[in-house]
Amino acid sequence: MAVLGRVCLLLALAVCAYGIGASLYGVRSGRLEFADSGRRSVYALAGILTVAFAVLEIAFLRNDFAFVTVADTSSRTTPGLYRAAAVWSSQEGSLLLWAWLLSLWSSLALFITRRRMREVAAYATAILLGLGGFFIALMVFYATPFATTRPAPAEGAGLDPLLRFPTMMIHPPMLYSGYTLCMIPLAFGMGALLARRVDAAWMRVARRFAFAAWLFLGAGILLGARWSYAELGWGGYWGWDAVENASLMPWLTGTAFLHSLMIQEKRGMLKVWNMSLVLATGALAIMGTFLVRSGVLNSIHAFGGATLGVPFVVLIGALTAGSIYLVVSRRDMLRSEHRLDSLLSRESIFLANNLVLVALCFVIFWGTYFPLISEALTGQEASVGPPWFDRYTVPLALILVLLSGIGPVIAWRRATLANARRNLATPAIIALLALVALVAAGVREKPFAIAMFCCGAFVLGSIGQEFVRGVRARRAIAGETAPVALLALVRRNRRRYGGYIVHVGMAVLFVGVAASSSFQHASELGLSPGGSTRVGAYTIRYLRPTATITPRYDAAHTGSTLSLGAVLDVSRQGRHVATLSPSEGYYDSGEPAQGSVGHLIGGQAVSHISMSAGVTRDVWTAIAPNISTPALQRIVTVGNRTLPPEQAEVAIAYLARAYLKNPPPAQFHLIVSPLVMWIWIGGLMVFGGGLIAIWPAPSSVRARVRVRSRARAAQGLARA
Amino acid sequence: MNPARKRTARLIVALSAAVVLASALIYTSFSAASPALSPSQLVRQAQPGRSYQLTGTVAKGSVRHEANGIAFAVEDRAGGTTIPVNYTGTVPDPFREGREVIVTVQKQGGRFIGERNSLITKCPSKYKTAPPGEKQNY
Repeated sequence: MAVLGRVCLLLALAVCAYGIGASLYGVRSGRLEFADSGRRSVYALAGILTVAFAVLEIAFLRNDFAFVTVADTSSRTTPGLYRAAAVWSSQEGSLLLWAWLLSLWSSLALFITRRRMREVAAYATAILLGLGGFFIALMVFYATPFATTRPAPAEGAGLDPLLRFPTMMIHPPMLYSGYTLCMIPLAFGMGALLARRVDAAWMRVARRFAFAAWLFLGAGILLGARWSYAELGWGGYWGWDAVENASLMPWLTGTAFLHSLMIQEKRGMLKVWNMSLVLATGALAIMGTFLVRSGVLNSIHAFGGATLGVPFVVLIGALTAGSIYLVVSRRDMLRSEHRLDSLLSRESIFLANNLVLVALCFVIFWGTYFPLISEALTGQEASVGPPWFDRYTVPLALILVLLSGIGPVIAWRRATLANARRNLATPAIIALLALVALVAAGVREKPFAIAMFCCGAFVLGSIGQEFVRGVRARRAIAGETAPVALLALVRRNRRRYGGYIVHVGMAVLFVGVAASSSFQHASELGLSPGGSTRVGAYTIRYLRPTATITPRYDAAHTGSTLSLGAVLDVSRQGRHVATLSPSEGYYDSGEPAQGSVGHLIGGQAVSHISMSAGVTRDVWTAIAPNISTPALQRIVTVGNRTLPPEQAEVAIAYLARAYLKNPPPAQFHLIVSPLVMWIWIGGLMVFGGGLIAIWPAPSSVRARVRVRSRARAAQGLARA
Repeated sequence: MNPARKRTARLIVALSAAVVLASALIYTSFSAASPALSPSQLVRQAQPGRSYQLTGTVAKGSVRHEANGIAFAVEDRAGGTTIPVNYTGTVPDPFREGREVIVTVQKQGGRFIGERNSLITKCPSKYKTAPPGEKQNY
């Protein structure tokens, strides 16, 4: 099987080389049948990589430990579903996933454009195959997923227990889809510049795929945040970690592009800017991949022994230099058709939003790469922490949310003051009412959080007003009932109203972030059974310890050998609120040197948090039991000495019983955070709004639009 | 003012604002950054009240659970100098003796106090099995 995988990779590399040659020759010589052949080689690449991916997936599902990567990242005790996801937990597997997803998305993009923009598409084909070829070459020469070892080990090391979490299964494919989708606008943008056809056609493709990239990347980031919150014994959802930042940067420039593109569509302005944003988004997406692979920055995500730094630096350097050369040498084609008419117009609000997004991206870029910058400039590696990021990102986020409320209600070209006042009065009053309500409720500290709540209220007011006006207009014209009018309104103007829902979702998300980061109560302390503590308005009592043994009965279904935890009673003003049971799982290390008993619990220990999530607040708990007491350690030592491997579980059972009988004080991490749930709800709204906006218009609408445009063309001809 | 001059003026104002903001950003990043030092460097350079990023490995047998956190010692990668650290806050799951860690510390008196929640365990093989030497030995 491994041979088949290796053959697939070699074949894929050959197909890439052929496809690049064929498309470039085709477009240069004008023999477009060669360009067509180049496009078909992308389909072939997708087919070949699908087979390669299937080979690896099957090896994981069949526990084929002859594959080095399977032995390293999976095991028989890893639950089945997580075995399937373990494919992309290794460096090699994730490279294959990257290349495979790229080939699928490229095929889709080239299939959609097969009868249009043939020159642009031919260059895009060559660029996409070049990128695909780069990743395949890495797998052929540096890190092959199909390396084998003989004799095959009887058991693998197992998937890192930290990754045994449902959202972790879909987080990497989502993020990688986002990254690879960023390559499509990049390739078509470069293709348009190379072919000197910088018209509206490539923008349509770029817009659709940039939107999809934005959606997937956003979903991936949110799933990662959710995993961090609900799985790591940390209780946070964002830590300004280098790899988190790396995924946020292309998302920010992508967001900027999706907005400024509208100005180009409507007014023919900002062409250089848009092209630069597309190329920057692509380069940032590659840099995101590079950060994970190279281990160049300290991150909790960095892969071990990553050695792929140099090839990535070369690729990023080539991409950046190529992009700059193309934009500069083709600047005459990218001249604006109009100029900004007024500072009080939708164009200028969009421009401001773009500047804020790019500034955010720059701040994050600087902070993320600061260790490298500082080492290069001063010879001393130094890094900036979350407070530095917060100092700049919080005010910028405030402006961004405010602009997302102003943009939709201000007129294109030139808005009059009277008009702006009419549209902004209601949202401003709602924001003011929110401020009064907050102050009346006693919220007087944390000015930034209060400002964010008011900005959120402003956005809700402004978008709500747009919906109400739209529904009212439809009711007046068509005499529909309110719900029917609302549905029809959204269906007829998917892009517009989908976008509005995204804005509301972002505002809700930011309100959740502001509330949970500013008004959180946290406590870390040791407790014995019967002990209690207060966190915020809640009393948390440690009722009794818990213990489960054998992977099959692991309460969290992640296959831990031993799981020790606690039952906690959460009450507020004497009233019972929830019963929580956080635990810590101990996993088999598969390392005989630790002894017959020791290795069963000698692997990574992982927190399984327990929380009571609510609309107004989350009560979040994690436990770190102490198993290094002399009494418990003696059981392990004696077991190691006296028990053969097949009876070693007896000692684990004995250890669990001893723990229950005489539990040592355990360390608890307790957090009460308000409005965390609104981060996830806001995220879902953004995703839903995005789906509405990206969904193709119903065929009837499209047909009507076509008829109307034909009529207009006919009129124009008649006039001529 | 004619439109062309107005545009130029506007561009200059915008660019100067961008330059000022970028300089502020760059200046603060240098002044707010904590240098990354190994234990032997920190012993020589530490000034009370300044933050440093201490990097090294957790010394064998040095981890102690205390009432409000943990105490451990960070050792040079090559061995030699060790620095005891008192730390409160979240301890990452992969933290254990022999692992490489990064923790932001401040010198207070003769002791080094870890900044709350600043501990990062840099597991050199996060997604792979750890080499035998790194495992916790029972």
